[in-house]
Amino acid sequence: MNFLSLFVLIPLLMLLGLWLAKGVKAVRGVMVVGSSLLLGLAVWLTIDFIAQRAGGNTAEMLYQASFTWFEPLNISYRVGVDGISVSMLLLSAVIVFTGTFVSWKLSPNLKDYFLWFTLLSMGVFGFFISIDMFMMFMFYEIALIPMYLLIGVWGTGHKEYSAMKLTLMLMGGSAFLMLGIFGIFYDAGGNTMNILDIANHTGGASPIEFGRQCIWFPLTFVGFGVLGALFPFHTWSPDGHASAPTAVSMLHAGVLMKLGGYGCFRIAIFLLPEAANELNWIFLILTGISVVYGAMSACVQTDLKYINAYSSVSHCGLVLFGILMLTTTSTTGAVLQMLSHGLMTALFFALIGMIYGRTHTRDVTLMKGLMQIMPFLGVSFVLAGLANLGLPGLSGFVAEMSIFVGSFQNADTFHRVLTIMSTCSIVVAAVYILRMVGRMLYGKCTDEHHLHLTDATWEERLAVICLIACIAGIGCFPSWISNLISDSVAPIIESVKQVGPIVSSCNPFM
Amino acid sequence: MTYTLFIILLPLISFLVLGLGGKWFSHKTAGWIGTLALAGVTVLSYYAAYEYFFVIGRGADGAFAPLEVMNFCWLPFFDQGLHFDMGIMLDPISVMMLIVISTVSFMVHIYSFGYMKGEKGFQRYFAFLSLFTMSMLGLVVATNIFQMYLFWELVGVSSYLLIGFYYTSPAAIAASKKAFIVTRFADLFFLIGILIYGFYTGSFAFVFDTPEHIANYAQAGFILPLALTLMFIGGAGKSAMFPLHIWLPDAMEGPTPVSALIHAATMVVAGVFQVARLFPLWVTYAQDWMPIIVWVGVFTAFYAAAVACAQTDIKRVLAFSTISQIAFMMVALGVCTEMQTGHEHAGSVGYMASMFHLFTHAMFKACLFLGAGCIIHAVHSNEMNAMGGLRKYMPLTHITFLISCLAISGIPFFSGFSSKDEIITACMAYSPAVGYIMTGIAAMTAFYMFRLYYGIFWGTENKELHAAHHPHETKVMTWPLIILSLITVGVGIYTTLAGFGMFEGYSFGSLISADGQDYRIHFDTSVALTSTIVAIVAIGVATWIFKGERQPIADKLYATFPRLHRWAHKRFYMDEVWQFVTHRIIFACVSKPIAWFDRHVVDGFFNFLAWGTHATSNGIKSLQSGRVQQYAFVYLIGTIVLIAMLLIF
Repeated sequence: MNFLSLFVLIPLLMLLGLWLAKGVKAVRGVMVVGSSLLLGLAVWLTIDFIAQRAGGNTAEMLYQASFTWFEPLNISYRVGVDGISVSMLLLSAVIVFTGTFVSWKLSPNLKDYFLWFTLLSMGVFGFFISIDMFMMFMFYEIALIPMYLLIGVWGTGHKEYSAMKLTLMLMGGSAFLMLGIFGIFYDAGGNTMNILDIANHTGGASPIEFGRQCIWFPLTFVGFGVLGALFPFHTWSPDGHASAPTAVSMLHAGVLMKLGGYGCFRIAIFLLPEAANELNWIFLILTGISVVYGAMSACVQTDLKYINAYSSVSHCGLVLFGILMLTTTSTTGAVLQMLSHGLMTALFFALIGMIYGRTHTRDVTLMKGLMQIMPFLGVSFVLAGLANLGLPGLSGFVAEMSIFVGSFQNADTFHRVLTIMSTCSIVVAAVYILRMVGRMLYGKCTDEHHLHLTDATWEERLAVICLIACIAGIGCFPSWISNLISDSVAPIIESVKQVGPIVSSCNPFM
Repeated sequence: MTYTLFIILLPLISFLVLGLGGKWFSHKTAGWIGTLALAGVTVLSYYAAYEYFFVIGRGADGAFAPLEVMNFCWLPFFDQGLHFDMGIMLDPISVMMLIVISTVSFMVHIYSFGYMKGEKGFQRYFAFLSLFTMSMLGLVVATNIFQMYLFWELVGVSSYLLIGFYYTSPAAIAASKKAFIVTRFADLFFLIGILIYGFYTGSFAFVFDTPEHIANYAQAGFILPLALTLMFIGGAGKSAMFPLHIWLPDAMEGPTPVSALIHAATMVVAGVFQVARLFPLWVTYAQDWMPIIVWVGVFTAFYAAAVACAQTDIKRVLAFSTISQIAFMMVALGVCTEMQTGHEHAGSVGYMASMFHLFTHAMFKACLFLGAGCIIHAVHSNEMNAMGGLRKYMPLTHITFLISCLAISGIPFFSGFSSKDEIITACMAYSPAVGYIMTGIAAMTAFYMFRLYYGIFWGTENKELHAAHHPHETKVMTWPLIILSLITVGVGIYTTLAGFGMFEGYSFGSLISADGQDYRIHFDTSVALTSTIVAIVAIGVATWIFKGERQPIADKLYATFPRLHRWAHKRFYMDEVWQFVTHRIIFACVSKPIAWFDRHVVDGFFNFLAWGTHATSNGIKSLQSGRVQQYAFVYLIGTIVLIAMLLIF
């Protein structure tokens, strides 16, 4: 029994436990025990992984295991992790853990809610440990479907519309993705779904011929890109986040959107290196637009969740941007940005949910002076905002600087212009964050109903402090995690760069 | 000298303790924690300065060598061998900055006991002060440009938090937001400059070892000056150079001790410090671009002095005076054209003059701000018309304020004289035009400072208000004033005598000069005499206009040039210009259309797709009616058509 499988097994047992559990207390108990176990497991995995690497284990993927599921198509249950997946697993475990506490008092049907919540987390964990394309795709779908119910049943506002829109758009992405995956499978010889086998088929060079790569690359990239909020496929994000219940927004923006970036890197870039070199300019332009466009849109929103959703579009755009720049530094920065964005956006959504739960409005123009009334939430909100605008000492700074420094290593005008354009987002981020903080938290509270609101409860404090600690931890001591990630990123980027220069022949802007 | 690490750690610890546990401390305890940490920092800084200058001393070549106390890789980058280091580097200017920051910050801590007494959020205030001090100290001891940028951002955020300390006041909220965004905008250029610098030199260090590295690039002659100029824009934002100065006057909404510490003595000179830090690069690679620094500085100095003449809020006058004085330092750096300090009044005097002025300005401007704080504390208003005649009520504040005004005006035997004189000498050596312009601006400085002085302590007394408030001084608040003015006088007397060739001893230039060599200040008699006379005349004019109970001349001047006065009072409408650009152009013409486009065009497209699918399904769903008659009918038609086709073809 491979212990990576525990990441899937524990959620399964949690599902069983939830099914059997009677009463709110038992449900919470199962969730707390399960999510703590997952968190402990993820922490232990990280430590052991670093120790193994330090001990000289240079295998591409550690803790590999496999058994065959479906012989004719060579589909296997195959697991393994490298630095990137380890950091993503850690992120997911933190978000699931804190999400549990944030949904502490949700009603109605807490039990059903947690059932779907756990199923979703199982999908996420499964996705990050798989190294078989088909299995990845399957877990990806497992993670998407519960979202529909979670938003449709427990959401607010136009929840049916949003749930349907989100699901349809992501399913549309999956359709592209499935085509791409099968295309890769057959063009690589039809022998294996194993990502590593395809990538290392003939000593580094891809087994797929260049012309076919150029078909599958856009399909897989867009397929995952939809989930990574790639412009113009990002419009599910504002509506979806605005309607989703708090912990679901957290999990969705914190983890699910990372599936997009992770998948783009793991499948589109890793398996289709020539096409990645050739076609990345198209997507660089789109992600460059995402970065600025999301930030600019966030400036004029008044709904807290819309502000954060658009800021997520901007930050997730930066993730894909970093990946597409194809340098070790920028890609490491992109993974750091996934981590950092996951944590801080989860914190943001958690706080927005807590504030909304008290004031029953998310309109910044209707709130004022909340800092005096709920100091704990106010201070945390300011911290989340500062993390969002990339303050040194918090995680955003580390990630953004890695991406910018890495992107700047591409010395041609095209990449330079895009990099400088995306750096502008750090100013715009300051505008929307300070505008929101200034309107909502500062000033004198004039609304009578708001005067009697209470500050955070213990379980809310626990979740918030946990997230802030992670953000500050990465922000102050970034080198261990950065080394952990780059260790796995570097060989992949090397092999991608080997097949050709990143300056592509079909780019009209060169 | 590992103990220098504690110079940064102590305020950090105090920040964490006060920030996390502040509400469990009483005001007094919280204040003591912050102040004791700062006392520790001050002692360590002075000891470090002593050790650096006098124990370690000069190297074999007669210069003070930079001393890297510690340096470690904080964040590795994986291309080109770049890495983001953190560490502590001591060299003459960073040691001087340690002295300035710790002294002023310590004074401000003591002063704040009185000024902030009973204020809600006292603990938070001290926590933020510690955060600021930590960041500023980290900035000056940075071993590389990226570390500088990191702490640069942190001082920016501490400034934001402190300006917005009274977070229930709308003016403070707006001011803090403006300060952060304007400086952040400037920092963007700083960041781009760093990226360029890092890429083309292969390092973020202040001095790169591999000049051949940059020679690999065809545009080498253009790249480094470009990078340095972009970094200078960042520095101009922090140091409030025109047109990025708009945040500083508004920043006066913060508590007055904060204005003294951050917006007069330390943070706003970060830009000057940055240029000084990169000065070897400027001189070696970007000589041709240095006039940018000179002319930005000259214009800012003039503009701010002109505006300062027409302000009525005493903190605004001081703010514009700060802008003007920082511009003096910038100009001094810009006119410095070489590193060698071999011969007297060479092109290298500007560097020393700039740092010297930074030092003296920090002391007397902090004293002025703290004095202004005492006055505001006493009369509960910032406006000059609420004051007048205060010399009777606040004698100590009066004397220290006068000393600082004399210092900033450049009167001999006060510290500002020596440093300003060196700046003007440097300007004269560079170009007489710049020299005379700066002398003129120095005269304006003397004029508006004494306008302020008379407006507060003499002039028309607002008797009603004074009767209501009984203006008085608080002991804990006057101590820092006394200490700072003693420094001003002491430094002034010493350097003036040294400058005139007395006791052949050390002067400021012995410790800090462009190339680290011993440089003795000697006054250029013509420059010293001119600037003194000009300053005395300007003070005389101010006395003539503003000293009396009634001020007929001033009223007449306002009546004769109403437009000029209004424009100067409104700061030549620079804020409105920026307001227009940001709100009317960026917000209304970029952000709003983008948001609309997103909701209606992009999202509209996907909604249209959904609607299209829905409509199509609706359209063809009647085909699946389930009625056998309909199916039979279609079946019949189909059969007939098929048979007909067979028959025809």
